[in-house]
Amino acid sequence: MPTAAGLLFAVALAVMLIGAINYNLGLGHALVFLLVGIGLVAMIHTFGNLFALQMTPGRAEPVFAGDPARFSLQINNRGRRSRRAVELAFAGQATVIVDVPPVEQVSVLVPCATQHRGLLEPGRITLATRYPLGLFRAWSYPFPVWSCLVYPKPIHLPLPPSSVSGLVEQHRGDVGQDDFAGLRQRQDSDPTRHIAWKAVARRAEEQPLLVKQFAGGGTEELWLRWSLTTAADDEDRLSILAGWVLAAERQHARYGLELPTLRLSPARGPAHRAACLRALALFGRTA
Amino acid sequence: MKRPAPVAIEHEAIPWLLAAALGTVAPHMAHLPGWLTFLVGVILVWRGWLWQRRRSLPRRGWLVLLVVGSLAAITWQFRTLFGKDAGVALLVVFMALKLLEMASRRDAVVVVILGYFLLLTHYFYSQSVVTGLWLLTMVTCLTATLLRLYGGGQPPLSLVRQAGWMLAQAMPLMLILYLLFPRVTGPLWGLPQDAYTGVSGLADHLAPGSISRLIQSGAIAFRSHFADDRPQQADLYWRGPVFDSFDGQTWRAHARPSTVTDQPPQIESYGKTYAYSTLLEAHNQRWLLALDLPTVLPVASRLMPTLEVLATDPVRLRNRFSFVSTTNFRVNRVETPAILDESLVLPPTVNPRTRALAAEWRSRSPGKIVEAALALFRQENFRYTLQPPLLGGDGIDQFLFDTRQGFCEHYASAFVFLMRAAGVPSRVVAGYQGGEINPVDGYLTVRQSDAHAWAEVWIEGQGWLRIDPTAAVAPSRVEQGIVAALPAAEPLPVLVRIDTDWLRDWRNRWEAANSTWNLWVLGYNPQRQREVLSRLGWPDADWRAMSGALAVLCVVVLGVVAWLTRPATQRPDPAQRAWRRFCNELQRRGVRRSEWEGPLAFAERVAGEQPALATVTREAAGYYATLRYGRQVDDELRRLQQCRQRLPPRRRCEL
Repeated sequence: MPTAAGLLFAVALAVMLIGAINYNLGLGHALVFLLVGIGLVAMIHTFGNLFALQMTPGRAEPVFAGDPARFSLQINNRGRRSRRAVELAFAGQATVIVDVPPVEQVSVLVPCATQHRGLLEPGRITLATRYPLGLFRAWSYPFPVWSCLVYPKPIHLPLPPSSVSGLVEQHRGDVGQDDFAGLRQRQDSDPTRHIAWKAVARRAEEQPLLVKQFAGGGTEELWLRWSLTTAADDEDRLSILAGWVLAAERQHARYGLELPTLRLSPARGPAHRAACLRALALFGRTA
Repeated sequence: MKRPAPVAIEHEAIPWLLAAALGTVAPHMAHLPGWLTFLVGVILVWRGWLWQRRRSLPRRGWLVLLVVGSLAAITWQFRTLFGKDAGVALLVVFMALKLLEMASRRDAVVVVILGYFLLLTHYFYSQSVVTGLWLLTMVTCLTATLLRLYGGGQPPLSLVRQAGWMLAQAMPLMLILYLLFPRVTGPLWGLPQDAYTGVSGLADHLAPGSISRLIQSGAIAFRSHFADDRPQQADLYWRGPVFDSFDGQTWRAHARPSTVTDQPPQIESYGKTYAYSTLLEAHNQRWLLALDLPTVLPVASRLMPTLEVLATDPVRLRNRFSFVSTTNFRVNRVETPAILDESLVLPPTVNPRTRALAAEWRSRSPGKIVEAALALFRQENFRYTLQPPLLGGDGIDQFLFDTRQGFCEHYASAFVFLMRAAGVPSRVVAGYQGGEINPVDGYLTVRQSDAHAWAEVWIEGQGWLRIDPTAAVAPSRVEQGIVAALPAAEPLPVLVRIDTDWLRDWRNRWEAANSTWNLWVLGYNPQRQREVLSRLGWPDADWRAMSGALAVLCVVVLGVVAWLTRPATQRPDPAQRAWRRFCNELQRRGVRRSEWEGPLAFAERVAGEQPALATVTREAAGYYATLRYGRQVDDELRRLQQCRQRLPPRRRCEL
């Protein structure tokens, strides 16, 4: 389809043709016809620029509501000509422009704004190009099946106090400090008495400090409960819980999550964090 | 839907736009007023400086001021905002100011399209070969600019190459459109007054000095191509306007009622006839400068009673005319009395000495009177010169008896005056005499410097006879041309007086090329289009048929271009091809391999689903895996290819 520039070009050509006829300009005819030729050739080039591009949808990392989700997409150019200025966008969203060199694959992250938690399905993607002359725009609407998990937008509130959260369950304190389970890198919040000085001394100097880790270590075991959130709105409650999950993970606490429909027993680490946030994102959704 | 935010122009794209603007505006500098050239120059330099320093563009207020100022100045300069020159000036100003207001890509596109438009306006002033080459250069440049705007950063050379490549693909389309687009004879509406200025040629009157001024120009008046033979150089009299009315200073054509003009002249041809065609430059007059005397005329023209060929409309464009002429003829042995009477009229009192001389000859026969006048020019001390002294009131008296220096118009004018005073009907004819053969294309080139004036007398029983009194004074003028007839010190244009052989050779080549160009580019009108099409074997093409053919050919060419530029996919290597074929065979037997399935895993699945195919599939998968990932030992490829034939025959589908 012609673009606005293409329409302007066409109007200019029409006026030029009339001028050439009126003043009987042989060379003017030649110019107009040459430009018509260029326009038609440009149309073919524009379609050729998209033709036979292969797309493989990749995955999208989960994001918090409000941050743009980035859908990764592999564009495979099996042709011998490079494809230039290929525009990729979800409807009404920001556009990414990529060049795909011949016989190569390019990975693109196509952004999509998020507003609500849940499973975001961006729908069709617009693959378009105006290359080479901007007079025409060729497009296609591939409809890859993909989605992105959107976590609730965290609200940062202080963590619930341990007493209220009823943390002290089976082993609090010394038990966790007796069962030696292994070594790990020291983090700032580790008490100095847990540093494995012997292990450190055995290793080269530039190695980071190692600390002893103890099984069952309920250093701080925290229950993040739906009932503890004070907000009236369910979404706000989920946001607060999300904020708590992040805070608890930052403090290396062992934490569990309790929602009206679901209970995740205390643990820590990225996988646990992801599981908790996922539960929050999908709370109340059928997906 | 939301309108997308305007795309900004990349910093590196600006020089392209500046070059495009400069390239399209620069050729106009020659005919634009000085202040405009200066203004545009300053704006271009300013914009370049802003670009280099990465400064921001001037504020809107300044631009509005500049636009209003320029509009006012243009209106003042051209007394209008419309018409050719003012329009061009406006476009140039817009182009320059758009550069200062160019923030988004959309603005840049406007600049490029303005550039295309400005290219067209060059052809108001010149349509030479050089302009044509400049067209190609600038279209490439402008197209490369668009490529830069929409295709992102690439080395300039690569952009130019791509633009050139697109141009090459557009060329066949252009040729088809050029040949087949139904041509319309312009103008579509009344043209502004300034449409046809700056053409040179013979004027519709003759006064001392009018031809010698024209002779200063080396410009081509017309070029003629004779079908076979060519008349002798001394017979090459090309007839322009005929002047039979004299007011003492100036000769003019007599205004005749149409009853007289309707009578066709009677031409008796005795010798050979010559068929030729003339590529006549625009001169904004109606005469077609036929070789004396034409017997077959081009369409839309007629032979006047005074024997000149007039076109229906003034020749405003270079055009081609075909004639047949004879150089050995008797014409109008019986002449209309009105014309004979008019050919004797003189203003009452001027030039008494000339009248007295002619009165002495009155008693002789007309032939003797002509003899006497020519003898006067031959025997007295007359000189042929481009720079005669100025003549006063009784100009012919002064010329014949005092100064005796003059150019062809002096001789023709004095001779006709003498004849009329002695009672012999006579008139002045203006036109061109001679011409020069261009050995490159065999065309006879006639220049403005070949302009000439001669006389005609009517003698009972013989009709009108051409008498060239200049030939009596300077015979070499007629036999060898103007350069031979004039002394070397006379001011002639450099191009006319060329002695160097190689220079003359180059000029000939150049003019031949130009002539072809003129025929095909500038003279390609509806008539020529019909001629060309009928020569291509399509005699009666109307516009509907032409449009149809045009559309079909364009689609064909576009198809070819699309095929040539298709994004060629890589051919899969032989191993992959063989494996795919094998899998296709399997699919016909009911097992389909998914894209993601590796060969070995697929083989196991096949073995599970159709045990009959297990062995050969496992083998094939093994070969393929080796070809792809392992080290080749012997010809796995051939074996893999053979596996396909080794598959058991397909079972018949039985219902």
